[in-house]
Amino acid sequence: MTEKQSKLGANGQIRRIMRWLIAATALASSIQAFADWSALNMTKGVTEISRQVYDLHMLIFTICVVIGVVVFGIMIWSMLVHRKSLGAEPASFSHSTKLEYAWTIIPIFILVGMAVPATSTLRDMYDASGADMDIEVRGYQWKWQYTYLSDDPAQEVKFMSSLLTPADEYYNRTPKREHYLADVDNPLVIPINKRVRFLITSNDVIHSWWVPDFAVKKDAIPGFVHESWAVVEEPGIYRGKCTELCGKDHGFMPIVVKAVEQDEYDAWLAMKQQEALEVYETVGKTWTMAELMETGEQVYAQHCQTCHQANGEGIPPAFPSLVGQGLAIGPMDAHVDIVVNGKAGSAMQAFAAQLNPAEIAAVVTYERNAWGNDVGDMVQPRDVNALITGEE
Amino acid sequence: MSAVIENHHDDHHHGPDKGLMRWVLTTNHKDIGTLYLWFSFAMFLVGGCMALVIRAELFQPGLQLVVPEFFNQMTTMHGLIMVFGAVMPAFVGLANWLVPMMIGAPDMALPRMNNYSFWILPFAFGMLLSTLFMEGGAPNFGWTFYAPLSTEYAPPSVTFFIFAVHLMGISSIMGSINVVVTILNLRAPGMRLMDMPLFVWTWLITAYLLIAVMPVLAGVVTMMLMDIHFGTAFFNAGGGGDPVLFQHVFWFFGHPEVYIMILPAFGVVSAIIPTFARKKLFGYDSMVYATASIAFLSFIVWAHHMFTVGMPIAGELYFMYATMLIAVPTGVKVFNWVATMWQGSMTFETPMLFAIAFVILFTIGGLSGLMLAIVPADFQYHDTYFVVAHFHYVLVPGSIFSIMAAAYYWLPKWTGNMYDETLGKTHFWLSFVGVNVTFFPQHFIGLAGMPRRYPDYALQFADWNMVSSMGAFLFGFSQLLFLFIVIKCIRGGKQATDEVWDGAEGLEWTVASPAPYHTFSTPPALPERSMA
Amino acid sequence: MTDQSAQNKTTLKLISVVFGMFVFGFALVPLYDIYCQVTGANGKTGGAYVASETLEIDEDRLVTVQFLANNNANMPWEFRPSVRTLKVVPGKIYDTTFYASNIARATMTAQAIPSVAPFHAAEYFHKTECFCFEKQQLAAGEQIDMPLRFIIDPHLPATVQTLTLSYTLFDVTELAASGAAE
Repeated sequence: MTEKQSKLGANGQIRRIMRWLIAATALASSIQAFADWSALNMTKGVTEISRQVYDLHMLIFTICVVIGVVVFGIMIWSMLVHRKSLGAEPASFSHSTKLEYAWTIIPIFILVGMAVPATSTLRDMYDASGADMDIEVRGYQWKWQYTYLSDDPAQEVKFMSSLLTPADEYYNRTPKREHYLADVDNPLVIPINKRVRFLITSNDVIHSWWVPDFAVKKDAIPGFVHESWAVVEEPGIYRGKCTELCGKDHGFMPIVVKAVEQDEYDAWLAMKQQEALEVYETVGKTWTMAELMETGEQVYAQHCQTCHQANGEGIPPAFPSLVGQGLAIGPMDAHVDIVVNGKAGSAMQAFAAQLNPAEIAAVVTYERNAWGNDVGDMVQPRDVNALITGEE
Repeated sequence: MSAVIENHHDDHHHGPDKGLMRWVLTTNHKDIGTLYLWFSFAMFLVGGCMALVIRAELFQPGLQLVVPEFFNQMTTMHGLIMVFGAVMPAFVGLANWLVPMMIGAPDMALPRMNNYSFWILPFAFGMLLSTLFMEGGAPNFGWTFYAPLSTEYAPPSVTFFIFAVHLMGISSIMGSINVVVTILNLRAPGMRLMDMPLFVWTWLITAYLLIAVMPVLAGVVTMMLMDIHFGTAFFNAGGGGDPVLFQHVFWFFGHPEVYIMILPAFGVVSAIIPTFARKKLFGYDSMVYATASIAFLSFIVWAHHMFTVGMPIAGELYFMYATMLIAVPTGVKVFNWVATMWQGSMTFETPMLFAIAFVILFTIGGLSGLMLAIVPADFQYHDTYFVVAHFHYVLVPGSIFSIMAAAYYWLPKWTGNMYDETLGKTHFWLSFVGVNVTFFPQHFIGLAGMPRRYPDYALQFADWNMVSSMGAFLFGFSQLLFLFIVIKCIRGGKQATDEVWDGAEGLEWTVASPAPYHTFSTPPALPERSMA
Repeated sequence: MTDQSAQNKTTLKLISVVFGMFVFGFALVPLYDIYCQVTGANGKTGGAYVASETLEIDEDRLVTVQFLANNNANMPWEFRPSVRTLKVVPGKIYDTTFYASNIARATMTAQAIPSVAPFHAAEYFHKTECFCFEKQQLAAGEQIDMPLRFIIDPHLPATVQTLTLSYTLFDVTELAASGAAE
């Protein structure tokens, strides 16, 4: 075969490759039409850090593509031209010290070029100081708990956030709606333009709290606390996921963060604090004997006195005496139980619906320690609450 | 043909025994190599079926086929079986067949141990697979089995899993000791280390890695066992332990393990490309040094698998820099392969096609690996499908393609028959398209935010998951064609010449095709510096 | 045969490497503890602090110390800090308490595990007295205020204005029982 023929052959090959390239480009553009860009690439996110990370990602990606194009280009060229069928004769070289040094040293420079911006971004990410607020993020199998740390335990906002998508949707019994597997009942709400510090930990196994738009991903490890932070610049709803295998429902514990304007946040927080305060007042705090007796006396006067009388002696047999006999000086559990659930077939009604746990605890404590009853014990509202809700 | 003047040893037969007992009792390196390869292929199909269960479930959003509990068992078992059952035994099988033939040794140095190290495997994997039928199901904590999910929260079958891992470890360790002893002691007279074919070199280094890290794996599962049954608290914070310690010890094993699965592949490709380029391997010395540096670096980069675990910043930076360094020797290898092809006289038989696809696709996996090394970016990539895409690019068109390339390349030597070239090329193209359709879109899915080990996903990931699943089925079923080709080749076909390929160099091509049951019973005389 | 003895030698060497690496795997446990101590990884704090030098009191500086108290899974106790935050002067000794109450129906033993964020502050948080130094056993219904006495080291890096100390309470009733049985 002559040299000319082989060259012609090579040219033919190249034309063929060009046609393929054009076809590939057409395919690539149709792929773009098929799925929008956000389904192909990392999000830019809404924080300074997430944008830095995105830029870093694009920088390394570009470098990698260039390296790829050069290396594969040479390789493909070689495959097209240096083939036996085109009459190529093998060369006899098998090393070149210069070349080998070059391709050992040049990559080192490229790597340094990547490492420098990566290091500075990482330093920023690791500096969680100067936070405006702290939120504890706690992973559970399979939901998240958020606690807005506050100096006043009465006002501490704390709630669980779990998947909203009903099982019917993931078992394909009803159509899948927007935000399928990406919606929760209680989203985390944070103000924009505030430095929010997340203290991330876990209750059971290792989880990982990831919100792509903040470029925050941190493992939640049982027993240990890790910190991360974000300053969100735009209001919006940002969705994330658990990214460390944590058992059965690992794929079913999404994260939703709602970033809102400061005043909206304040209003939301005030509402939540009010709720928290109510819960705290009723079941949260530990009551003293004096507080229970005082409240108990009022509750007794309002709800019990008509039947059991002010002196507790009742009107037997319809309304038994509470003094020195029966459940009032008996076991605490049974005493609470009769107030909560009433007694079937008698005039004693169930008070669980009318009285809150604090009132029940107070009145029970009062009955056990008034009119010469001196059992001396008391019951805390949360224990009553546990009995009512069946939770330990 | 420097071949085969048989030496009469008392404990050696002239040819194989007949029947089943031949395989049970064999101490012949070729028989054991064959056993390893078939075992590995069987495990490849089993692990592949599990992969297809995963991909079928992920074909569409929603839970159609399996429940999340079983899905987690599938991802776990798929990983364990592919790593320990398919890729590693395949390379051990290749080492058994080829290392003695390449260095002019009559057999492996420790033939009886060789037999044990294989026959442990069926029991290990039998035990592992039996957990699927146990109450509470098979291991469901991922192939990386992070504590406490794999200890306090594990199904009861975890104990069987631990023993299975111990058995696999013992098997690998025995196999590697054998390889090292063989290479160091049984080389043909006059063959220096720097004369050895690269496949032998890469396996020598791999064997050292295995000997160094498999005991650490044994250690970490032993700690798990003690935590679960004997009241210790290595990984339980409440008892003064730390679940993060598990990850450090695991990845101290795990990262070298990753290279254990790729270094022999480098050796295979370094054998095949020169043959079909009809040109000497470019930069033999630098290939050896690069392999050794990759092996060394693999010991000091483990924590790049756990950047999000919240290490101190100095740790993150150190592991980032060290990891990026690996790109240098790996780059050297790729450049060497390209330079080997440059100005060669190439033909593109099936082994060459697989080898070239290896270079390209492994490089893509390597480049995404470089991206993953950048800590701030890794926070976005970590535990997403981007990682899944990355390591499957390194392992499937990396390790597995190299194993297939090796199979096609040496099949004529093993069986004495040429495989069917048309079918081989068909198999290649189906696999090539299948692999890329499966794994390339997973880069997109990952970047867009889908975490790995999810049995179900949000709607925006639906399109690419469907594409990926279709690719997986294409790739999976193409492997049945491979099975057919191999069986066809064993049963007959064009007679292979002794040299088989016109550019092939190395002692294995100097013996008859098929290779006689005993080769090099007397050491071969080396051609003048042919290997250097 | 000399060949054979060379082989045996290599084999034995390799087997000893195997055993060595198995032991090394376990040696990683104390090595990891040292690593945690040096770097403060996972915010681990040391044991009881014994002053090796007199700490200068830096009156001009105030550091916020934030206390978290959590239960690990299946731990029913009520557990909370008596105060959420303290503003402290580095170098001075402070006291605070954590409240615990065993609301379960049986005697239980608990172990509190401390963790400091940020990590690099961990080594500057000195506890001279802490309930986390030993297991806490409470009978059913028993309540306790558990003491913590600490000093913030004045060498605490200036960037740290807030230091979070988290305690997680683990149920170690079984561990403690098996330990006692031995």
